[in-house]
Amino acid sequence: MIEVKNLKKGFGDKTVINDVSVVMQAGKCNLIIGASGSGKTVFMKCLVGLFTPDSGEILYDGQDFTDMNDESRKEIRKQIGMLFQGSALFDSQTVEQNIMFPLNMFTNDSYQQKLARVNEVLERVNLKDVNKKFPAELSGGMKKRVGIARAIVLNPKYLFCDEPNSGLDPQTSLVIDKLIAEITREYNITTIVNTHDMNSVMEIGDHIIYMHKGVKEWEGSNKEIIFSKNELLNEFIFASEFLKDAKDMRMLEQTGKIDNNRNMDELIK
Amino acid sequence: MTLFTEFGRYLLMIKGMFSKPENGKMYWKELMHQCVEIGIGSLGIVVIISFFMGAVSALQTAYQLVSPVIPKSTIAQIVRDTVILEFSPTLVCIVLAGVVGSKIASELGNMRVSEQIDALEIMGINTKAYLVMPKILAALIMIPLLVVISMALGIYGGRLAGVLSGILSPAQYDKGLLGNYQPYNVFFALIKAYTFAFIISSIPAYYGYYVEGGALEIGRSSTKSVVVSCVSILFADYVLAALLLQ
Ligand SMILES: Nc1ncnc2c1ncn2[C@@H]1O[C@H](COP(=O)(O)OP(=O)(O)O)[C@@H](O)[C@H]1O
Ligand SMILES: [Mg+2]
Repeated sequence: MIEVKNLKKGFGDKTVINDVSVVMQAGKCNLIIGASGSGKTVFMKCLVGLFTPDSGEILYDGQDFTDMNDESRKEIRKQIGMLFQGSALFDSQTVEQNIMFPLNMFTNDSYQQKLARVNEVLERVNLKDVNKKFPAELSGGMKKRVGIARAIVLNPKYLFCDEPNSGLDPQTSLVIDKLIAEITREYNITTIVNTHDMNSVMEIGDHIIYMHKGVKEWEGSNKEIIFSKNELLNEFIFASEFLKDAKDMRMLEQTGKIDNNRNMDELIK
Repeated sequence: MTLFTEFGRYLLMIKGMFSKPENGKMYWKELMHQCVEIGIGSLGIVVIISFFMGAVSALQTAYQLVSPVIPKSTIAQIVRDTVILEFSPTLVCIVLAGVVGSKIASELGNMRVSEQIDALEIMGINTKAYLVMPKILAALIMIPLLVVISMALGIYGGRLAGVLSGILSPAQYDKGLLGNYQPYNVFFALIKAYTFAFIISSIPAYYGYYVEGGALEIGRSSTKSVVVSCVSILFADYVLAALLLQ
């Protein structure tokens, strides 16, 4: 569980994160959604300590991460896995070396043990026969999977994913989303995902935080989002007419009536 | 950003490098890797420029020494001293600033921009210690070695050119080499080599490590790091000469 209290972060005199408080739950996919530039990445980088917040607290299972010394911070970081937007694989190393890197750095296991673990996580992310390939030889979806494999190789308690779907086709996106959701439940990880992908929201959004211009505008689950009356959120998440229709149909299905302020004449006609 | 804040950040980066390695074996491996990259990687160019600069300085010294009173062996002496004092340490390091410096800056810049540095930080690794320190150490180990090799090759190049063009005999050249030899010059050259090695590795590392932006900025910062390194080398060269050659 990660508790964020009154987090603020700005660059120069521009405020990017404005007083955000939220609790990220263990064993669930916590989604941060919002338009490009709304501050999702900055928020995530504050949580993992790549940016220092201007004010506020970040508690990892009760331990305050913001005013920790470097050594304790390193200890927490060993429990964090992160998938970056561009995968951030080490491009001079093969897939196997990439995934083995954290093991080499932080364990004293034998090569055989490490290799077994690498193959185990590669299998977990459904990749085969890529051990000796370099990142440049992989497709976008495969890179993301290797990124996930590297992030979970040390059995983290917290998993951060920054835009796991960016640059992927819808089908591959879904596969990645499902993978993240499964891993989260399987190992009871506190997972935080940045996304602006509508599909992910509906598929894996156990807990959704909608950010708008650095402010937490809405919070709830993917069941509740259908009934949300927040106009900013609805404009963002159900942007196209098609999705608005889909939302209304789902609402009708579940409650027997459509409760919105759209002009329905066209639909009925 | 002002010069002072940049310099302050540079010093903080240097300070940040000193921390206990997370895993000694991995750091050692990285150091060895950098030694190969920096040392073996630039051996070829060092061999070529050293040889030619020795050869050319022999020919030009002969051309300038027209007086029949001066013995031919003086040419060898002058070649030896200019190669040891200036050409090998300074010229070679200026070239290495381009070869090694741009490599360091663009490697780190690429790692920064593609978030590989962030990925290492997240794992709980001190990236200044793991990425920057081995590069600087490797430069401090390998560049003075390259400079020594360059001295030998430069002097040999001068001998070959002098003999081939019929200016002086091998015996005359060798006699000149031994005349009025001052070991202090080699010591001085090595001080320069160590200083320049630090400049060539730490300045590009700074520019690469703190890149912001994309591919364009990587190119820009690598060019800038080479320019700043070269100017710093020339400046340090002057300061060292003023301090140590009296
Ligand atoms: N290092 C930085 N320095 C200054 N401004 C930044 C920096 N990183 C992000 N920003 C600004 O913060 C805002 C939010 O960016 P970001 O978190 O990347 O958005 P997104 O929601 O698309 O991930 C943007 O306006 C961006 O310009
Ligand atoms: Mg982003």
